[in-house]
Amino acid sequence: MSGTPTAPAASAARTILYREALNEALREEMRRDPGVFLMGEGIAERGGSYKVTMDLLSEFGPSRVIDTPISEASFVGAGVGAAIAGMRPVVEILFVDFALLAMDQICNQAAKFRFMTGGRGRVPLVIRTQGGAGNGLAAQHSQSLEALFYHVPGLRVAVPSNAYDAKGLLKAAIRLDDPVIFIEHKLLYMTPGEVPEGEYLIEFGKGEVKRPGHDATVIAWSNMVPRCLAAASRLADEGIDVEVVDPRTLVPLDLELILASVRKTEHVVIVQEAARRGGVASDIASLIQAEAFDYLDAPIEILAGVNSPIPFNLTLEKACVPQEEDIVRAVKRAVYAPGGTDGV
Amino acid sequence: MTTSYSGQFLADLYRTLYTIRLFETRCIQLYREGLIRGYFHPYLGEEAIATGVCAALRKDDMIASTHRGHGHCIARGADFRGMVAELLGRKSGYCQGLGGSMHIADVAAGNLGANGIVGGGVPIAVGAALTSKLRGDDRVTAVFMSDGAVNNGVFCESLNLAAVWSLPLMLVIENNQYAVSTPVEQATREPELYRRGRAFKVSSRQVDGNDVLAVYEEASEAARKCREGQGPVLIEAKTFRHGGHHVNDPGNYMPRQRLDYYRSRDPIDCARRKLLAAGVPEAEVRGLESQVERELENAIDFAKASPEMQVEEFRAFAEAY
Repeated sequence: MSGTPTAPAASAARTILYREALNEALREEMRRDPGVFLMGEGIAERGGSYKVTMDLLSEFGPSRVIDTPISEASFVGAGVGAAIAGMRPVVEILFVDFALLAMDQICNQAAKFRFMTGGRGRVPLVIRTQGGAGNGLAAQHSQSLEALFYHVPGLRVAVPSNAYDAKGLLKAAIRLDDPVIFIEHKLLYMTPGEVPEGEYLIEFGKGEVKRPGHDATVIAWSNMVPRCLAAASRLADEGIDVEVVDPRTLVPLDLELILASVRKTEHVVIVQEAARRGGVASDIASLIQAEAFDYLDAPIEILAGVNSPIPFNLTLEKACVPQEEDIVRAVKRAVYAPGGTDGV
Repeated sequence: MTTSYSGQFLADLYRTLYTIRLFETRCIQLYREGLIRGYFHPYLGEEAIATGVCAALRKDDMIASTHRGHGHCIARGADFRGMVAELLGRKSGYCQGLGGSMHIADVAAGNLGANGIVGGGVPIAVGAALTSKLRGDDRVTAVFMSDGAVNNGVFCESLNLAAVWSLPLMLVIENNQYAVSTPVEQATREPELYRRGRAFKVSSRQVDGNDVLAVYEEASEAARKCREGQGPVLIEAKTFRHGGHHVNDPGNYMPRQRLDYYRSRDPIDCARRKLLAAGVPEAEVRGLESQVERELENAIDFAKASPEMQVEEFRAFAEAY
């Protein structure tokens, strides 16, 4: 594997799956840096529930691809300790819902160590996990909890929406000196995307316009991005030209990119899978109104998950999370008829 | 005790013990004067544990500490000036005044830090020990925890992880018999806490936490085992606080009789007597004590004269968050 960064445009692109892109990122970083190692439940022989760590055991051996007992608080804590001691652990938490078992280690230890030591300590730890509703996994395996981590100073939060971003962000995350909560989406693992052969990194805090447009800015992350792009195609058929902005990392947030788009389109829809109350969308809306109030032609539309645990029943599950039709309607509301915000 | 120790070794141990005692006593005075604010959990009465354990460690070993952590820092060789300055919230402190009493760390010196969360440092120490195993070095990590911590889930999880991975980790339970104000017997059905380790197939021993040489010997044996790949090892050191949970807790719930008993077995007094019995002249001991006193007063003067971080500077620092 080449150690030299190559511009993505200069490399041949292939189509691989989101989970394969993540696997490549781990493999490349483990080859590059012997301090990188993996810990998690069923990640070694089994290759992880979503096959992200497939075949890494055979290349790197059991000391760098470590299966843990089901002890989230302590193996996340062990990741914190190893990071402080100079390693670059990548710890996998099977579902973001289970991160709640490790919140002391994440929020009180990892997030604060650098700060509490006056900047002298470092915690280069990546916590990979996955969230979101999909396929009837019910209330304890379907949450979108990015707002919890977004809220706690000291954590970086990545929410990749496609294979290309997943790889570039994970490689960058592993090289950062601060703890990163890396939230994948269970419905994205099997989605294909173009990924160059050569090495590349995606800087944290650099979002991307996934689709340029002039009539409305739709801000979305993770699995809401492909859904918004699909909605944007439908809206284009109806003559509404939507710009889809994906911040890619929520902390740090690429506010400049968002504001530039808002100033251009003057209509904003923020689409979030997570429950509406206390979500990241609300915070982004507040930042936009503070910085670009004069540019807004209509109230900012927030389309979010219902303030409810995710139900098991598939029809009801769908009803709790923004769907393509909901996004189409929300954009029309924002563009044609300024009004209040609502949930799905 | 079968081994005989040189006067020099005993004097070194005594110096550490006396330093911790003096540091806590003087800093409590500074607290009463209003120079130190916030929480302050004195290590008074427990000094022999940090002293004995750290004396058994190598310079490149690591420790993780607790909210009652000043003694561990000192025993690990921390710089007085940085410590006092940190307690005073000054920029010259270990954490630039941003951490305070409960968060002093010195990673470069192998101190992974005190911790404001009871039990919070235990899994972190597991990670440090795991690092040694992955790197194939023979460093040992010692993690201090209170009797309160052993009833927290991460203690059991961490003990299990360290055991199943055979990590070079020394788990030191400082059983001072109170979790804040709750006596250990009220918090667990098995107050002989070392027995917890045996359920996880971890070599586990109980030691008199007021006897610095007894602690040193157990810790030396534990460190040896860890270095030889026979870790982890658990040590329960029984002791007693000389006061309440923190400086503003009079500790009225602590039975007078038991307190008197442990005071009669004060770790500093006992060590001093042993030092004299080993033939070190009183004048020499006194000389050592006054040297520590002078160093501490210098550190206090240094800290008092040190500036605080300015708000503007803090804002720039905090931008990263």
